[in-house]
Amino acid sequence: MEVKLVNLTKCFSKKEGNVVAVDHLNITIPSGKLVGLLGPSGCGKSTTLYMIAGLHRPTEGEIYFENNEVSKFPPEKRGIGLVFQNYALYPHLTVQQNIMFPLENMKVEKKEALRRAQEMANLVGIGDLMARTPGQLSGGQQQRVAIARALVKMPEVLLLDEPLSNLDARLRLQTREEIKRIQKETGITTIFVTHDQEEAMSISDEIVVMNFGVVQQIGKPQDVYNEPANMFVAKFLGTPPINIIPAIVQDGKIMMYNAEFKEKHNLDLSSIDGLNIGVRPEYIKVDPKGKYKVYVEMVEYIGRDKTLIFKFDGQENTCKAIIPSEVDVLPGSEINIDFKRYFIFDKEGTRLL
Amino acid sequence: MEHEEAKKTTFWANIGNFFKKIGSKISEKAAKKAGSSNKTQMLEWKKDGWKATVCLAPALIILAVFTFYPILNTFLVSFFPDYNYVTDEFGSFGFDSYALVLQDATFWRAMGNTALMVIVSVPLSILIALIITVLLNSIKKLQGFFQIIFFLPYVTNGIAFGLVFATIFSPMDYGLVNTLLNAVGISSVGWTGTTNIPYWAGLFVITVYAIWNGLAFKILVFLSGIQGIDKQYYQAAQVDATPRWRVFTKITVPLLSPMILYITITSMMGAFKSYSSVVSLFGESMGNGQNETFITAVGYIYKYFNRVVHDNISWVLSRASAAAVILFLFILAITGIQMWANKKKVHY
Repeated sequence: MEVKLVNLTKCFSKKEGNVVAVDHLNITIPSGKLVGLLGPSGCGKSTTLYMIAGLHRPTEGEIYFENNEVSKFPPEKRGIGLVFQNYALYPHLTVQQNIMFPLENMKVEKKEALRRAQEMANLVGIGDLMARTPGQLSGGQQQRVAIARALVKMPEVLLLDEPLSNLDARLRLQTREEIKRIQKETGITTIFVTHDQEEAMSISDEIVVMNFGVVQQIGKPQDVYNEPANMFVAKFLGTPPINIIPAIVQDGKIMMYNAEFKEKHNLDLSSIDGLNIGVRPEYIKVDPKGKYKVYVEMVEYIGRDKTLIFKFDGQENTCKAIIPSEVDVLPGSEINIDFKRYFIFDKEGTRLL
Repeated sequence: MEHEEAKKTTFWANIGNFFKKIGSKISEKAAKKAGSSNKTQMLEWKKDGWKATVCLAPALIILAVFTFYPILNTFLVSFFPDYNYVTDEFGSFGFDSYALVLQDATFWRAMGNTALMVIVSVPLSILIALIITVLLNSIKKLQGFFQIIFFLPYVTNGIAFGLVFATIFSPMDYGLVNTLLNAVGISSVGWTGTTNIPYWAGLFVITVYAIWNGLAFKILVFLSGIQGIDKQYYQAAQVDATPRWRVFTKITVPLLSPMILYITITSMMGAFKSYSSVVSLFGESMGNGQNETFITAVGYIYKYFNRVVHDNISWVLSRASAAAVILFLFILAITGIQMWANKKKVHY
């Protein structure tokens, strides 16, 4: 089912005044896709999710499921499945009773309910844990129970609130693949919230990057990564993060500290006094004939690649580059580098190039 | 002076040592129970043991004098029918007091009345308290105000209750309940204060009184429990379209079950001990004139205990003690059954 958010706004009134958590959000989530809402904490992504779920009432704007406006509907009328951040499994019920809970509410016949619960448990891979209580399960297993409980009533939309944040690193990798698999198998429109860009990039069909309640960019993960709409998106995606090099315009030249930015560009520099140049660590290559001379501070070996920590002449903090491990670089040496790709943002972070 | 000081310290040191021994034994046991073989932890336990004992001493001494000693003495006295209160002579050992108590029709009436109070008023008051708590928790405006209102009875004087109930359930036509009854054409009932109280009417008044009296504390405990339940359980239930009644029975009650068990046990014990409620409603005779219609188990004990002082009949104190021991065994058994039965139903 397609989910469409039109001018969706949520204000929370607080003592200090109104806080706009979500600001005129317009998103269309295509049917059957896995979409990640991504942003730093406090950016309004969970609020958006809870508005779609119906647990928060929008201050303004509409939510459409297909072509039906559901903004005024209470959660139970929306036909959604919701997985909470801490799963909210009923601690006194067994896995089976937890999964069957929504079916019992729908007055599904006991036999049928048992069958569907078992089927769903098998799908998420906890079919043999039905008799346990949540307290006897690991975090990953609890998470699957929560997904099974959300899916068993066959909702049209599945909502996941930070589904992996309570899991350890290894389990997180495994579970995110599971989520992807379950989503593909069921074909259910899924929206999930995360602050972890890697998580969002790896499993989403599409990501929505948000900041301060405003959508920054929507698109396929790779497209958003390769062509960020602004500096916030560029900085938020990618580990290690993009190098942002502040530059000033001097005598018609772009100066990065004491080094001149020598790439071709068609910017009208007469009206610009400052810029930000963004270069992802993997966009840097070491080349004896390179245009930029830098000082190598440190070299870190990270298996397949190595990380170069370097400075431009006159720079106080450092930049990072990821280079193949066979390239020989000594710490403390002076080398030449080139940019394979770069982005240019203005001082406010709007992308110019 | 110096000598005395030294003597003093050794005296206190001795006492300290004594408690230290007990303290360290207890702490050793506790440490063993916790499965900790950590030696440094044990040492710390031992080091701090005497400090803890000193801090606990005032309470322990008061408990020993006013609780533990009387309990032991009660047991003892109950087996010596000829025990003389004034001379503290025990006489010979025997079960005569128990036989007398168990053959006494008044005792069984007292136990019957008490049992009725336990069986009727305890579950009813818990159910009512639960419902009020859930309703109270679901309102947003004036919640604090209503909390105070429901908690007021807890800090109100018992005699004041008695007076209010005496007015509400006055046997006269101007009594509040009788006025209402008369208004719908039912003639007045002698609820309290006459020599002709129907048994059901008296029990009704006692039950209402007991429920209302215990409500405040129960609501307080349940409210703190209910506010400790994660809101997400309710949101999850809402997303799954759970009917309100099911939310109550399947989520609220199970998650409150530790509090419910605690309240059930304490209020059952309270009901077993009910005495002051009956006295404040029906006077010291606990019923119609002298015939003790509404006597309770504690009332029975108190009556025989009191007779000693007035009449100096020696074996009566032993009878009171025997009745107290029987009551104790009843409470013990029922609490034990409850703990056992609830083991599977309480979710911590």
